[in-house]
Amino acid sequence: MSQTDTAPAAATAAAGADRSLTIRHLDKEYVRGKAVLRDINLTIDGRGLTAIIGPSGTGKSTLIRCINRLVEPSGGEIVFMGQDLAKLRGAALRAARRRIGMVFQEYNLVERLSVMENLLCGRLGYVPVWRAWLRRFPQADIDAAFALLDAVGLGDFATRRADALSGGQRQRVGIARALMQQPDLLLADEPTSSLDPKTSVEIMELMARLTGARDIPVVVNIHNVELARRFATRVIGMTGGRVVFDGPPAALEPRHLTEIYGGEDWL
Amino acid sequence: MTPAQHAAPLAAVDREWRRFSPRERFARWLVYLVAVAAIVWSVRTIDVIPEFLADAPTQIVDLFQRMWPVDVAHYRRGIHDVLIETLHIATLGTILALGLAVPVGLLAARNITRSRVANQFAQLILVSSRSVNSLVWALVFVAVFGPGALAGALAIAFRSIGFVGKLLAEALEETQRGPIEALEAAGAPWGSIMLKGYWPQVQPAFIGIALFRWDINVRESAVLGLVGAGGIGVALDDAMNFFQWDRVAMVLLTILVVVVIAEILVTWIRRRII
Repeated sequence: MSQTDTAPAAATAAAGADRSLTIRHLDKEYVRGKAVLRDINLTIDGRGLTAIIGPSGTGKSTLIRCINRLVEPSGGEIVFMGQDLAKLRGAALRAARRRIGMVFQEYNLVERLSVMENLLCGRLGYVPVWRAWLRRFPQADIDAAFALLDAVGLGDFATRRADALSGGQRQRVGIARALMQQPDLLLADEPTSSLDPKTSVEIMELMARLTGARDIPVVVNIHNVELARRFATRVIGMTGGRVVFDGPPAALEPRHLTEIYGGEDWL
Repeated sequence: MTPAQHAAPLAAVDREWRRFSPRERFARWLVYLVAVAAIVWSVRTIDVIPEFLADAPTQIVDLFQRMWPVDVAHYRRGIHDVLIETLHIATLGTILALGLAVPVGLLAARNITRSRVANQFAQLILVSSRSVNSLVWALVFVAVFGPGALAGALAIAFRSIGFVGKLLAEALEETQRGPIEALEAAGAPWGSIMLKGYWPQVQPAFIGIALFRWDINVRESAVLGLVGAGGIGVALDDAMNFFQWDRVAMVLLTILVVVVIAEILVTWIRRRII
């Protein structure tokens, strides 16, 4: 219970470890016989921003959620930092999850808690229940939270309730909360899909900058091909539960987009 | 294109409209018939004694005359203490019920306890608590613990578990999944997810339920004295047994005033907190 490696230095200490993610033969079917993911094989390096693009309902979200097991894979391996995440259970799964931050489309903040408490929620995997209950979070966590609030530009919002924030501000809190985990991997499931175009760019910029500074690899699902081109170091195109494009954004040509999304009229 | 042109081809179609189909009309007629039959049947079975019915207005006037003037002085001598006891029974019973109902509510909420058997077991507890009237619970506890406020408080508590537990379980089931997912993704243990994910979401509902139940319990504990479970009902029972109608009137008036004050208080607090 007394997991208290709360020193901000821990992030840099862990940076030396191999943060690459290897997915082998990953399958997922929600209903028997209807595969959402078919035999996905990917190796994601321990750095850079990998964007997964593809039409709605093609399994992007499922893929990303299989990694931290918010969705149970039907088969295959997900190896991260020497562990097969697909096999973990109970406390071992929680210990692995706290090394993986996640940013959500709908922000998923606890609306009636303050911004500060939402950030500290990112530490719940490290902090024992009684401390969370009494709100006695370690000072190092609180310092880290204030530093992150400044970094996402919400320094004056610590005591504001989450439901009083705008969409863009909420997503900034979402990013800060994920980074509070001092993660070795950041997953982002459509982080900009509920935001206007300008805010979307700001959010992507912020995410790329903060994770770049900490050298945290990012896997992001994104609808917007332009945003993927602009911020990603690698683009993975999916359609029908399969990977159909994998390469640097510069290599992404109209014919690939036609293959990924189907049709040409929209281009 | 004008609207008239637009409507022209449609006009040929039979545009008659009736709210109900013939079958529905027959069903409605049947419902009225059954209702009238039920009223006729029940009037025949309740055995109205005509003399007593004819006598009723006189009796009512007589009762009010016996009640008037209300024995206000009796409040200090015989009502005040039992009134305070009533409030204690209601408050203690509510607090006890909240403590007992939380685990049952967690067990009943399908998104928290993912076992159908456990859910149904919790539902059984909740239904049995609600299906027994608080006077019956009071009779049971008077038999176990003897007459007095303890039996009353327990009766109130056991009667309230069903109400509080059911509404709490419903509030838990209506919580948003998103924040919970976020905490799971952060590797939070079960206890922390409960505290930081579910509790903030159900807190307003929980406070509302607690206040509402306290309000109901103030009313319910007023009659518990009729079966010996303490409170203002004892004073009511005594006064009625001795045909001291002016005192009965004072007790009833006190209950009315307390219930109204409780209602106002609860409404005010709810507005302030939620």
